[in-house]
Amino acid sequence: MRVLYFAWVRERIGRDEDRLDPPPAVTTVAGLLDWMGRDDPVRAGAFADRTRLRAAADGRFVPLDAPIAGVSEIAIFPPVTGG
Amino acid sequence: MIDVRIQPEPIDLAGALARAEASGAGAVASFTGIVRDDGGVTELFLEHYPGVTERALGDLAAEAAGRWPLSAVTVIHRVGAMVPGDRIVLVVAASAHRQAAIEATAFLIDRLKTEAPFWKRERRGETASWVEPRASDDAAAERWRSSHT
Repeated sequence: MRVLYFAWVRERIGRDEDRLDPPPAVTTVAGLLDWMGRDDPVRAGAFADRTRLRAAADGRFVPLDAPIAGVSEIAIFPPVTGG
Repeated sequence: MIDVRIQPEPIDLAGALARAEASGAGAVASFTGIVRDDGGVTELFLEHYPGVTERALGDLAAEAAGRWPLSAVTVIHRVGAMVPGDRIVLVVAASAHRQAAIEATAFLIDRLKTEAPFWKRERRGETASWVEPRASDDAAAERWRSSHT
């Protein structure tokens, strides 16, 4: 699974993406963020305040409690500010 | 008829309006977003999600074309580094009559602000900060969900 980062999430983690193989027990975006932060304090810090994070699964905006089964690309980013 | 572009180059306003006029419309409405100075902004940087942002804009343009009788829909969004006075975004809608063109233009910019993955970073001299979203933008986008045009 590719996990992409944008805006300050990318800057804070220090790279554009990670390639990960989460265990079957990780079933939602929020669960993925918990799992990704477990052994990585930088990611844990970036993901600490979930109210500031939004997500997309295979290019579609999804809530953080959305399932990740069958998803190949997750993106984590702050609320959008275009226009 | 639907023309969606994401580009680092400056936005050609006259060219886009001329293309919409050439679609055979009786009315062309447009919205242009410009980089504000906002107390000393020296650079505005726009980041996007390649592939996904293009599709989000295309989906919004198609939704507008399904909701109003439009002969042309144009959405051009600039990315990368800009300075105050530069055009960030241009939305153009063309129709036989003004109401559809004006409403479709408002719909497109309101929904773009909350549904298209773009992020703004402001620089003021040596200090850079990511722009926070406004609650008023969510409210503006929401009114197009509740109304039955």
